Amino acid sequence: MPLAVELRGVGFAYESGPPVLDGVDLAIEPGELVAFAGPNGGGKTTLVRLVLGLERPARGRVLLFGEPAHRSSRRAELGYLAQRSQLGADAPATVREVVAAGRLVRSGLLGPLRARHRQAVEKAIARVGLADVADRPIARLSGGQQQRAFIAKALAAEPSLLVLDEPTTGVDVEAQEALAQLLDRLHRELQVTILYVSHEFGAVERFVERLVLVRGGIVFDGAPGDLPGVWHDPSHVHV
Amino acid sequence: MRLALASGAIVGVLAPAVGFFLVQRRMSLIGDGIGHVAFAGVAAGYLLGISPVATALAASLAGAVAIEWLRARRRTAGDQALALVFYTGIAAGVVLISAAGALDVNLFAFLFGSILTVTRSDLILVAVLGGIGLATIALLYRALAAVVLDEEGARVAGVPIGPLNIVVAALAALTISLSMRIVGILLIAALMVLPVIAATRVAWSMRSTLLLGMAIGLVSVLGGLTIAYYADLPPGGTVVLLAAASFLGTSALQAVR
Repeated sequence: MPLAVELRGVGFAYESGPPVLDGVDLAIEPGELVAFAGPNGGGKTTLVRLVLGLERPARGRVLLFGEPAHRSSRRAELGYLAQRSQLGADAPATVREVVAAGRLVRSGLLGPLRARHRQAVEKAIARVGLADVADRPIARLSGGQQQRAFIAKALAAEPSLLVLDEPTTGVDVEAQEALAQLLDRLHRELQVTILYVSHEFGAVERFVERLVLVRGGIVFDGAPGDLPGVWHDPSHVHV
Repeated sequence: MRLALASGAIVGVLAPAVGFFLVQRRMSLIGDGIGHVAFAGVAAGYLLGISPVATALAASLAGAVAIEWLRARRRTAGDQALALVFYTGIAAGVVLISAAGALDVNLFAFLFGSILTVTRSDLILVAVLGGIGLATIALLYRALAAVVLDEEGARVAGVPIGPLNIVVAALAALTISLSMRIVGILLIAALMVLPVIAATRVAWSMRSTLLLGMAIGLVSVLGGLTIAYYADLPPGGTVVLLAAASFLGTSALQAVR
């Protein structure tokens, strides 16, 4: 089985700007839950965008399930929760409509959603615990519920790789705890590979098996317990 | 009048259906940009002595694709891309219309709409192309909605964002070209946007927003044309004022709920 994600000697810069990443080597096995931390501007979101094929490296290779990420034939297996500011959480959509949008690549682009795809949508809604509010407009939900709705959207595609970019931004401590437990349960039940990007981890900290600190490159890659002092304040890491 | 009402009914439904995707993507003013390019197209039609509707359609399609291309490929900010096309369109229109010596009543019919200038062949054109536009929206609704909700997520999943954005821009161009006889180039963008904004106040889902917007558009056009006919008012302005009134109505409804 190929690695879920593999980067070899990757370097990247935006247009004519300074290098954001340089000499990045990384291998992620299927089923791992990996947290990416680091200071703002350190390159962690860029690294994830390279993995998702949204950016192409200036140097080196980025492989997704063994294929070049930017032309991967397995894009339908990617579940992506973008940063909150990029999501249409103020659109006049119900939770069910949001989650159904995640089923698009599995069901095909044309025509109405068929019965078996509608079932998959309901399953994803139930999995994140939003069945009771499935018909409610997403704009009327709390920040934590909105995040869970968009996670359900990602799950509706039955992903092999789930990528969450700063999912705890703007949600309260209680919602962060619920999100952490949800991710732990998804990881155990679905054996899905999860990449979790954040500058702060809070409740998720205790479920993460592997921490990757990014600051222009990878400055630490290992178990969180091996980096006790810095782990609790990754945005100010000096390694 | 019956020809105008029949054409208006199609336009009244089509314009908010297309406008729905523009409003949700915060591109409400794109209709104005394309409308000004359509003006250049009408002027070119007069200059070349061919159907202004055909040249307006060609010009607005080119303008719509240009806006999308500037926005997506050249990484120009959306409002800058719009401004570029907007002002180029109006400037080209003024120069061409002056060269054609066509600053007359017919031109005002295109700018502000006219009930009496709608012909049977206009109605057939509106019915056929309007039907194609509505069928395209029905067929691609889920894909277009997915882009509205999470463009980056859709891109990651392999949804063809670029072609879908071009489809929306082309639908906007088509709507403007078909609607300019009824509502006028200067006001058609309002018919695409106002019914949707009004619907958003009381709708409970994306689908209900779309359908309510189309219903408000239909009532605004049919009501506006009827009032304009009997009160001898300009049809475009009357239609758009009714659409604006519907916003006040739904806002009031929202307030009392």
